[in-house]
Amino acid sequence: MSDIKAAASLDLRGVVCPINFVKAKLKLDMMETGEVLELVLDSGEPIQNVPKSIKEEGHKILDVKKEEGHFRLKIQKG
Amino acid sequence: MTDHFIEDKSTKVAVNLEGMEPKVDFNDLKTGGFIKQRQKDLFAVRLRCPGGRMSTEKLLEISKIAHKYSKKGVVHFSFRQSLEILYVDYKEFNSIVVELENIGQKVASCGPRVRVPTACGGCEYNPNGLTDTQKMSDMVDKKFFGTRTPHKFKTSFSGCPIDCARTKEMDLGFQGVVEPVWDEGPCTGCTICSEACKEDAIASHPESGKPIFDPKKCLYCGDCIRACPTEAWKPKRYGHIARVGGRHGRHPLEAIEVCKFLPDEKVPDAIHKTVEWYNANGRRGERIGLVLKRVGIKNYLDFMEPVFKAGSAPDWECAPQGVKP
Repeated sequence: MSDIKAAASLDLRGVVCPINFVKAKLKLDMMETGEVLELVLDSGEPIQNVPKSIKEEGHKILDVKKEEGHFRLKIQKG
Repeated sequence: MTDHFIEDKSTKVAVNLEGMEPKVDFNDLKTGGFIKQRQKDLFAVRLRCPGGRMSTEKLLEISKIAHKYSKKGVVHFSFRQSLEILYVDYKEFNSIVVELENIGQKVASCGPRVRVPTACGGCEYNPNGLTDTQKMSDMVDKKFFGTRTPHKFKTSFSGCPIDCARTKEMDLGFQGVVEPVWDEGPCTGCTICSEACKEDAIASHPESGKPIFDPKKCLYCGDCIRACPTEAWKPKRYGHIARVGGRHGRHPLEAIEVCKFLPDEKVPDAIHKTVEWYNANGRRGERIGLVLKRVGIKNYLDFMEPVFKAGSAPDWECAPQGVKP
């Protein structure tokens, strides 16, 4: 799953809630349905909140990889 | 411990209104939600706003009425989410009530009875919400509002364990919960559920990343379900934690949890029977929390058993969630 090609990428390390979600949302809004966005989120609050909100907006989380102190997600625009 | 409202039987006055002479019974005022102010002849008129929700259309109409009758042109949002029109002259009670009734707005009540329920936004639009608190508070208002009890009887509905509606401080409170169930099939071991759980109830297996669930720590908030990208965590059932005997004020009491997963359709029964028990056991002016202390919680639980058995806690022994540690 990790080799899914992402059309765009957004590193949100150091960006606090809910700005990180808003940035992800703005990026997804500019993309086409079905395209994949790679997202990097800090552990803690960002990973607790952002995936929930992304799901609630109707997008699909295709892949999650835990890395040192952060997570790398592949989001498909719904 | 009684309310500081008018209770004197001799306080009846005649009010002249457009040639008619309707009687204002001060004993009824408390029932009717008219609260004496410091200022001579002036009262606060408390409106009945279950769950603190109102259509904008009605709000516009109420604004006009409040503007007309409030001598100071002010309203107050009460601590129980009801709008109070301040500085209303008692001589105008009849006309303000008629005008309010014409727009479908009822006046609330005070005193020893079931009060207007309060509620958070609930699951309709709040992402954390697990139960339809607005629908429930509407139901309670329609079915139980004004029912006589030994002392005031406050209910509230919170949609999730954050408990904004403070069910722990209510005579009878209901807080939304969801029982999570995990399916190994779709689980990819991504560990997001473990990160999302604020209670440390989910650890991740060091190799597979799959959840190790500790039900003792779970608050049933559903964060794991909402966070799970593959729907390996799913809701098994929604319900309410029922809490009884709480209150705030001078001598606060924390309500006791008496049911873990009460389904929506059992909430009316729970209120009906609790009020029945309270009326049978409570003394005048005694809140249900004190009745429970005096009579004993067991007496209440025995009485409530037919209702509360519908919401028993999950049997994790039979259905363990997540992989074994």
